[in-house]
Amino acid sequence: MADAPRDPAYVAFRYVGRKHRAVEHRRFVTGQGRYAADIQPLGLLHVAVVASPHASARILSIDTSAALAVPGVQAVLTGEEMNPNLEPMLPGVDAPKVKRYPLAQGVVRYAGEWVVAVVAETRAIAEDVSELVEIEYEQLPHVMDPERAIEPGAPLVHPAHGSNVIFRRVFTWGPVAQDCAAADHQLSYRVRWGRSSTVPMETFVVTCDWNDATGPLDVWASIQMPKYPDLLARCLRPSGNAVRVHFDVDVGGSYGVKRGLKHSILVGYLARMLGRPVRFLEDRIENMRGGDMQGPDRIFDVTLAFDTDSTVRSMRMRAVDDIGAYSGRAPLQLGKPVGAVVGPYRIKSVEYDAVSVMTNKTPQEAVRGFGQSPTNYALETRMDRVARFLGLDRVELRRRNMIRKHEFPYLIPSGTTYDSGDYEAVLDKALAAAGHQDLLRERDALRRKGMLAGIGISTCLEPSGGNSAFEPLFNPKNLTTTWMDSCLVRVDLNGAITAIMATSTSDQAHETLVSTCVGEVLHRDPDSIRVIHADSLGALPSNSLVGSRMAIMLGGAAAGAARKLRDKLIRIVAHNMEVPEDSIEWEGGDAVLRDDPTRRLGRDLLVEIAHRRYHQMPEGMEPGLQEKFVWEVPTGGMMPTADSKVQMYPCYSFESHVVLASIDPETARSP
Amino acid sequence: MTQGPATPAAPAHATVAITVNGRLHHRTVEPRTTLVDFLRETLGLTGSHVGCEHDVCGACAVLLDGDPVRACCIFAVQADGMSVTTVEGLAPERGEFSALQDAFCEAHALQCGYCTPGMLIACHDLLARNPNPDEEAIREAIGGNLCRCTGYQQIVDAVELAAAGKVAVHG
Ligand code: FES
Ligand code: FES
Repeated sequence: MADAPRDPAYVAFRYVGRKHRAVEHRRFVTGQGRYAADIQPLGLLHVAVVASPHASARILSIDTSAALAVPGVQAVLTGEEMNPNLEPMLPGVDAPKVKRYPLAQGVVRYAGEWVVAVVAETRAIAEDVSELVEIEYEQLPHVMDPERAIEPGAPLVHPAHGSNVIFRRVFTWGPVAQDCAAADHQLSYRVRWGRSSTVPMETFVVTCDWNDATGPLDVWASIQMPKYPDLLARCLRPSGNAVRVHFDVDVGGSYGVKRGLKHSILVGYLARMLGRPVRFLEDRIENMRGGDMQGPDRIFDVTLAFDTDSTVRSMRMRAVDDIGAYSGRAPLQLGKPVGAVVGPYRIKSVEYDAVSVMTNKTPQEAVRGFGQSPTNYALETRMDRVARFLGLDRVELRRRNMIRKHEFPYLIPSGTTYDSGDYEAVLDKALAAAGHQDLLRERDALRRKGMLAGIGISTCLEPSGGNSAFEPLFNPKNLTTTWMDSCLVRVDLNGAITAIMATSTSDQAHETLVSTCVGEVLHRDPDSIRVIHADSLGALPSNSLVGSRMAIMLGGAAAGAARKLRDKLIRIVAHNMEVPEDSIEWEGGDAVLRDDPTRRLGRDLLVEIAHRRYHQMPEGMEPGLQEKFVWEVPTGGMMPTADSKVQMYPCYSFESHVVLASIDPETARSP
Repeated sequence: MTQGPATPAAPAHATVAITVNGRLHHRTVEPRTTLVDFLRETLGLTGSHVGCEHDVCGACAVLLDGDPVRACCIFAVQADGMSVTTVEGLAPERGEFSALQDAFCEAHALQCGYCTPGMLIACHDLLARNPNPDEEAIREAIGGNLCRCTGYQQIVDAVELAAAGKVAVHG
């Protein structure tokens, strides 16, 4: 049987969109990956940390003498000794008094906060000796509940900041008051999103090496963090070019959380202090306790205004997010949902009260989804409530409120335009794939057996192509409007192609992404293209993989660089064949004249001309074959408007989930 | 006041002779050195990974005299005189893949690759015992191995693919 005709968009490509093995897999299935813990410089020293057992306490004394006396111990470091030599890590919002250092100094603000670092010749000695460090604490009042933390008189986590609220802003997009007043009904409810953690199989690890003679601090880390080299250099206070982060490191799962800035500052500091390579390889306890992998922790209060015919008109949403004891980018996780604040639904006006609160919990860090998932959960819970109120089938209610396929591109109240979508189609597919009717029967059977059982339905958007537009929205002093990524492509004298990316592959097969895009443009087998990772001193500007951006941003940068290279080759051809540039076609690596395919200039000769025969090149052209492309996020580049509207991210992919969950009420376990 | 442990004495050392992927290694180790640390740090065979160090995740799995074990929960001295196969030893020849490794690539049975060595060991052992496992048997075999990237389905697919002999082995 003949295959069905393919979509023209499919036919237009030869490698993009085709099933293809990931080049990275080859090294992973043979045990030849290069993860950060696999890099073991000679003379490596090992770190263990002593953590606070208290949520809030004053450090009265630290006695390191017994620890220091043990053979094999190289250093025992306190915050008192180290911190004055560092710049603090600062929050993503405007709160300069909320400072953070790798080791606590004076007080501890959460259980698990690092107080002392021990360095020894083996990790085993470091661990043994960490138990010999004597720390005396005096417990202080603490606050664990974010709502209690915003009440007057609550213990202050950072007294210098003057409040436990690190960020609050009320956004009003559209005529919320009028829409609510005009609606038939209003329904208010509360949704709680408990803390979750994304726990990669590989714990965080960083190794640093310092060379007194030549300087740069070499860093190998299991990292996924935009601007990491710059932030690390700033906190350690050498100039930016004195830190060199090696990106040819495989990352054993990240899901947003492989940030490890505090680990890296500590280890970088120790490497310089000791003049030896130093490694901190978290064990699982260190990772779970204070390793920066806990996500949003939110209380939503939502009011919905809707009509009897089930049209949802307006929404008021207050989100109180408990970010724990310190702040990195956590408050900004209330910012990303601005770009999909109404989810897949037509809601004409929105009030969004975003409150970021500090408590004595483990700090919240960037976690996959960057705050979008809790908002999705609040949105979908809301749809269930309205359906119940109206006595309407909840799938039907969703359908009636979904943005329709023909309405795209669709502008939502907060200023973002959704590029495209067909939400009903994906909902239908999910219901069919899950066997919704069977699932209902299964649920009822579980309930008869005494289980708590329920079905969750969720259609949500995945804002993709991260542009970080929430930064200026959440911090008026931050004028960031670019979130570029980049690639350099070169053809060597033997005609082989190498592409250079500016970050690690970070567990997502980005080498394959780059080679596919470059191969597509230059008509070369992707497997023949080598992709390497520049270190941070050799790299073009980049922001690494956040916000589901790399297919768009790194793929776009790779294709852009390849196109520039192709254009350069065409100019060389036009010059040599004495024909106009637009009369040439690029075919299988060779250039041919469109109207007379017998006239062609082969790839080998082209390469030879570019690399050796300057006299045959167009005047003014740089010799050699290499082009870079730094790409700005499509739709990026703009500041928020005066009424706080912003285009967040360029692409809005979408998905539906249908989940049957059950819990044993006796054991609280899911079977 | 908290009482710390007594100052650790300089640890005693033991000599071991362990065959790894067909090569005999004589080394001196601290008795408390785990087998996985011995492989990774002493021999430089970093294919075996460490995820939990307490018998939960399976990333450290190796074959010990042919049986799968958790190398984080065995001391190197316990493997003295025994034979170990790690992920580095699964391919028939350098530069080649076993059918299972090939199927993992074909079915995208991995993303970050961190769990992969342990998964391969578990599945290799399964196929040695049962060349035609059904889905339940595969899920049972990898029941002690955690993967945070794939959701397991592609791993099951890969084992089925390898068992069916449907991948052309290419290095
Ligand atoms: S590291 Fe051995 S089971 Fe997890
Ligand atoms: S592939 Fe990443 S943990 Fe399994």
